Amino acid sequence: MAEEILRIENLHVSVEGTAILKGVNLIIHRGEIHAIMGRNGAGKSTLANVVMGHPAYVITEGRIFYQGQPLENLAVFERARAGMFLSFQYPAAIPGVQVGTFLKKSVASVRDEPPKGREFRKELTAAMEQLAMDKSFLSRYVNDGFSGGEKKRLEILQMLLLQPNLALLDETDSGLDIDALRIVAKGINEVAVDSACLIITHYQRLLDLVKPHFVHAMMDGVIVQTGGPELALELEDRGYDWLDMAV
Amino acid sequence: MTDDAQELIGDYRYGFHDPENSTIRFDKGLSEQVVRDISELKNEPKWMTDIRVKAYRHFVERVMPEWGNCSLLNMIDFENVTYFLRSSDKTEKSWDDVPDDIKNTFNRLGIPEAEQKWLGGVTAQYESEAVYHSIREDLEEQGVIFLDMDSGLKQYPDIIKKYFGTVVPHSDNKFSALNTAVWSGGSFLYIPKGVSVEMPVQAYFRINAKNMGQFERTLIIADEGSTVHYVEGCTAPNYSTDSLHSAVVELIAMEGAKIRYSTVQNWSSNVYNLVTKRAIAHKNATIEWVDGNIGSKLTMKYPSVLLKGEGAHAEVISVAYAGNGQHQDTGAKVHHLASNTTSNILSKSISKNGGRSSYRGLLQVTPKSTGCRSKVVCDALILDEHSRSDTYPTMEIGNSTSDLEHEASVSKVSSDQLFYLMSRGFTEDEAMGLIVNGFFEPFTRELPMEYAVELNKLIELEMEGSIG
Repeated sequence: MAEEILRIENLHVSVEGTAILKGVNLIIHRGEIHAIMGRNGAGKSTLANVVMGHPAYVITEGRIFYQGQPLENLAVFERARAGMFLSFQYPAAIPGVQVGTFLKKSVASVRDEPPKGREFRKELTAAMEQLAMDKSFLSRYVNDGFSGGEKKRLEILQMLLLQPNLALLDETDSGLDIDALRIVAKGINEVAVDSACLIITHYQRLLDLVKPHFVHAMMDGVIVQTGGPELALELEDRGYDWLDMAV
Repeated sequence: MTDDAQELIGDYRYGFHDPENSTIRFDKGLSEQVVRDISELKNEPKWMTDIRVKAYRHFVERVMPEWGNCSLLNMIDFENVTYFLRSSDKTEKSWDDVPDDIKNTFNRLGIPEAEQKWLGGVTAQYESEAVYHSIREDLEEQGVIFLDMDSGLKQYPDIIKKYFGTVVPHSDNKFSALNTAVWSGGSFLYIPKGVSVEMPVQAYFRINAKNMGQFERTLIIADEGSTVHYVEGCTAPNYSTDSLHSAVVELIAMEGAKIRYSTVQNWSSNVYNLVTKRAIAHKNATIEWVDGNIGSKLTMKYPSVLLKGEGAHAEVISVAYAGNGQHQDTGAKVHHLASNTTSNILSKSISKNGGRSSYRGLLQVTPKSTGCRSKVVCDALILDEHSRSDTYPTMEIGNSTSDLEHEASVSKVSSDQLFYLMSRGFTEDEAMGLIVNGFFEPFTRELPMEYAVELNKLIELEMEGSIG
C-alpha cells in the first residue's frame, strides 16, 4: 500500500469557543486525490486551515498525523518545510513584496536544496508558461490588487514550485473561468500524481478535470458520507438535503 | 580636566589633548565663552563670531518647545554635553565595532544585497579617498564647490555670509539657535548654473564619543538650471552613545534647479536627533527630501520646503521606524507661497515594541497662490498593541483654486498575512520582516537604485583609472 501522508483521528476544532469540527476521521495516502464537498459553514475550510496550523483554530479533541508524526508541536513554517501546502481560498496580500522575490525566498526556505539562480529562473519560467502567467506577474506585489483568478493562479504556481507531499486546495476553483480552470486543473494533476491531495470544493466542475479517488460529504463538522467520484455527481445533482435525511 | 592634560594642551582652557587619539576636547557644558572659544579655535571672521553669540543668547532665552514629546525633551541636560571635540584620526571605528543591533537595523531597511556589499566597502573607500577624490576633482573642473562647512567658510566667506541663516534663521527654534551658536562641520555645496551633477554627492559623518553634541551645518546652493543629489547618513556609520545631534540644513534651489537630499539616519537609541531642514525653491525649481528615520531616542524633524517661485515643486518621501524606547516625531512642511506650485508628501511609519511614531505635517497655501496642487499620504503600520502612532496634519488653504488631497491610514499586520507567509516556509520573524520591508518599499526603492547606479559608476571610474 502507498505511504500514508495524512491521518486525521476524531478531530474536534473550535474557533473562538464555537465548535466547528465535531469528530472528523480521514486518511489520505500518497497518490490519492480526496475531495470534500459540503455547504457553506460545514467546516471544510476549517479542516484545511487546522491541518496547516492556523493559530485561530483550536483542537479540543483528536489528533492529526503527517507521515506518521503528530502535528501538534510543529509550527506552521515547519509544516511547510516538511512538505505541506495550503492553497488559500482568500490568499493575503503582501503590499510592497514582489512576487519574484517572494517565490525565490519561499522556495529557498522550503526546499532542502534550493535551486541556484539560473536554475530557479528556468523552472519558474516553465511553471509560469504552463499556467499561462505573464512575466509581469513577477514584479507585481504579492496578491496586491490581484483578481480572484490571478490569486488562484499564483497559489497553483507556488504549489508547482514547492512540490508538496500534501496539497490542501481550499476552493481553488472559485473565481476561475473555464479556461483558467483547465489550466489550474492541469497543474493540480501534475502535482497530485506523487503527492496526497485534498480538494475542497462546492462544485463538480473541478472534479471533472481532476478525478478524485474519494469524495467526502461534510455536514455540520463531520464527514457524513464517503464514496467514489459518483458521490460528487450525486451531490451536484441532488444537493445536500437528502444527506440531512440520512443523518 | 586633569593637570597633566592642562599642561599638554597649553593655552586651550576648554579642552585637553589626548595623547592616544590626538583629541581636543572641550569640557562639558555651554556658555558664551564656549561659543567664542569654538569660533576662535576655528579662526573665524568676526561676523561669524557675532552670529554665534547672538544665537547663543537667543538659545538661552528661548523656552523649550511646548509641543511634541516634552517629557523626553526636558530630559536633555545641556550641561552634560560636550560641545566641541576635534579628532585628528576620524576613521578609527570600523563597521566591526558597530553593535549588532545597529547593523541589523540597517538590514531592516531592505537595502538590497548589492547595496549591502557596497556599504561594507564604503569605509575602505573613504579611507583611501581615491575614488571620491577623483570625482571631486571632476566636479571641481565644472565649478562645483564641495567642502566641509569650516573649509567653506575659510575659502568662500562671501557666499557663506550671503546665504548662511537665510533659510533657517537662528531664531527659528531653540535648536536652530543652538546649532547656529556652536555649529561645526557639515557640508557646503555649490552647483554652478546649468551644471548637472550626475552622480550623488555624499557626505560622511560620524561621532563616537559619549555625551557628544554634534551640530553640523549644511548649506547647499543649486544655481539656475543645475541639478544635484546629495546623500548623507546611509553610507555613514552614524554611531553615537548618549549624544545630542542638532543639525541645520539649508537648501536653496534657484530658478529651474533641482536638489534631491537623501538621508537615512540610524543613530543608536540614546541619541536626541533634533534637526531643522528647510529648503527654498525658486521659480520652476524642485526640492526632493528623501528622509529615513530608523534610529535615535527622540527625533524631531520636519523637512520643509518654501515654494517661493511660480511652478516650483516639492517632494517629501519619509519613513520612520520607532522601536522600543524610541519616538519618531517626523513629518513634512510645505508652504505654497507662489501660484501653480505643486507638492507630494508620502510618509510611512512603523511602530513596534512600544515605539511611538508621530506624523506632524503642515501644508500651507497662501491666498495669492492660486492653482496649487498637493497630495499628502500618511500610512502607519503598528506591529503590536504596545506601540503607538499619531497623526497631526495641519492644512491652511487660502484659496479655492488649489487642489489638495489628503489620505491617511493606520494598519496592523494581520494574522492572515502572517499565517499566509508562514505557510510558505517563513518563520514568524521572517514573515514580519517581509511585511515591513514591503511597507517601506516605496521609500527604499528610491534609495538603492541610486546607490546601485552610483556604485556601478564608481567602479567604472576605478576601472578607467586603473587601465588608463
